[in-house]
Amino acid sequence: MTSAYAATPGGLLLVLAVMLPAAAVLAMLVLGPRRTRVVALATLALGLVVALAIGLELVRSGTALIYVLGNWQPPLGIALRADGLSVMMLAVTAVVMAATGLFARDLFGLDLATADGRLGTSFWTLLMGLWSGLNLVFVSQDLFNLYVALELLTFAAVPLVCLDGRGETMAAALRYLMFALLGSMLYLLGAGLLYGAYGTLDIRLIASASQHGPAMAIALALMIPGLLAKAALFPLHLWLPPAHAGAPAAASAVLSALVIKAPVFLILRLVADIAPPGSAAVAGQVLAVLGAASILFCSIMALRQERLKLMIAYSTVAQIGYLFIVFPLAGVGDGTAPWGTIAWTGGALQLTSHALAKAAMFMAAGIVAEAVGHDRIRDLGGFGRAPPLPPPTFGWAGLSLMGIPPSGGFIAKCLLLTAAAIGGHLWLALTILAGGLLAGGYVFPVMDRALATPAEPLLLRKPIPLRLELVPLVLAVLAVALGFLPLAPFGLLQIGRPDIALAVSP
Amino acid sequence: MSAIALTSASLFGLCGAALVGIGLFCILTHPDLLRRIIGFNILGAGIFLVFGAVARRGAAMGLSGDPVPQAMVITGIVVAFAATALAIALLRRLASLTGSATLEAATPPRSET
Repeated sequence: MTSAYAATPGGLLLVLAVMLPAAAVLAMLVLGPRRTRVVALATLALGLVVALAIGLELVRSGTALIYVLGNWQPPLGIALRADGLSVMMLAVTAVVMAATGLFARDLFGLDLATADGRLGTSFWTLLMGLWSGLNLVFVSQDLFNLYVALELLTFAAVPLVCLDGRGETMAAALRYLMFALLGSMLYLLGAGLLYGAYGTLDIRLIASASQHGPAMAIALALMIPGLLAKAALFPLHLWLPPAHAGAPAAASAVLSALVIKAPVFLILRLVADIAPPGSAAVAGQVLAVLGAASILFCSIMALRQERLKLMIAYSTVAQIGYLFIVFPLAGVGDGTAPWGTIAWTGGALQLTSHALAKAAMFMAAGIVAEAVGHDRIRDLGGFGRAPPLPPPTFGWAGLSLMGIPPSGGFIAKCLLLTAAAIGGHLWLALTILAGGLLAGGYVFPVMDRALATPAEPLLLRKPIPLRLELVPLVLAVLAVALGFLPLAPFGLLQIGRPDIALAVSP
Repeated sequence: MSAIALTSASLFGLCGAALVGIGLFCILTHPDLLRRIIGFNILGAGIFLVFGAVARRGAAMGLSGDPVPQAMVITGIVVAFAATALAIALLRRLASLTGSATLEAATPPRSET
């Protein structure tokens, strides 16, 4: 077994991406609650620079960034590795995190009681923990290390759900914790079985093993459902709507846009990188069926919601479904390299545009709830008059969710639809189209409420500073602007993928 | 010698599998959250036992066990402890807010019904 990893010059940046937020958490503990906000905002700025540097280094060198911790080579040591897909995730995470930071600073500043109180302090600490966990999921190559990252993510995400401390959100947080713990336990058992069969936990070393026994199939059958529980794919989505709808707006934005993408990313790695072709094809088919069910069922659930935040949360489960129908469309498991296909690019674009659009939508809904005092869609008539920017934000983000040109969501769904048509997957093509129509069904009524003339004008509880409204608008515009650079991610996503990708892709 | 080692490893593996089964049953069938948390701990114990069996099977020449799974079990125990502490803290808060220790009674009628 030759050593699969040689550290690259920019590899230390990956350590920085993981450790910077972790160091910030420690600094917050040392410096005390009064300075958490300053530390967090400084870290967000630094982290954005680190993500940018990683991206530039990747494009400059054209190969994956690698760092071998303590110079202990796998199979014993742990390697960090960032290929094109990881770097894309790191970048999206950094952008959404920075936007959330700016948003939260003004949101918590609205009330003097929460300006520097416990709510804000907990939020900033948890946000940094979340970021560290997310970055680790995106770059780690070691299955046990990934387990620790997933748990870090859970422990940071669950308290974010119940920040306001009401009984209702406490129950939502506990339900989330139960699903997440069961998921990580199953994942851990699978990782143990893989170690028993292969003597290593390194993803690339396991993937390069010449033959796979039944242990691989059993491990995948444990790990993938475990991760699905964390990713909230239908029918394991029950915890998500109350949890994401009950959290404060800034927390909902990161939970919905980023946190559930981490297990999805891991499933992609497991199915596309580790699984032998036969298992991958079966897993891909099952995941696609669940994904399609997710799109249809949860879009209809979103249509029926009476509260704005619950509707957005159901829409998240529906949009996650698109990421799972990528597997058969990209031909995972039929011997070709999936990352060379248009469906793979479509999936990556869907992931990015959904992250931006959903964060924007939750923030806009948060502003409305803050200004009006509730988020019952029926009673929101004319909410477009008071704080002026949330309705356009909602509309722009909605464009991307529905897949209306020229948004990023349109390009993503168009690529998936084309792949479905070429591959002859008629049922998937119909699902994509139906999902788009249903998304229109739940976005337009909200826009209608925004433009309606109410019988009596809405009472505003408090003035909303313009700066607060600008952050989500910028995110929503970014989600739409993604539609103007459809071919840029195509090359980026191939960097660091195994060589067969170059041989197969035209 | 190897036959004896194999037998004890298999025994530990089977015990681990049984504990995983008991833990899963406990988590899935009991509405009471405290019982579920205990179930998670039983499930975790089963998984750690499987890790132990894996360590014994993979033992190199002259060693009684492969140290890597043992290191993972130690980390796993710490993580499981933290998870239990978080769950108990949330549960206590839930119980003091709503007077109930189950999710079924605590949540208002779910909107999807």
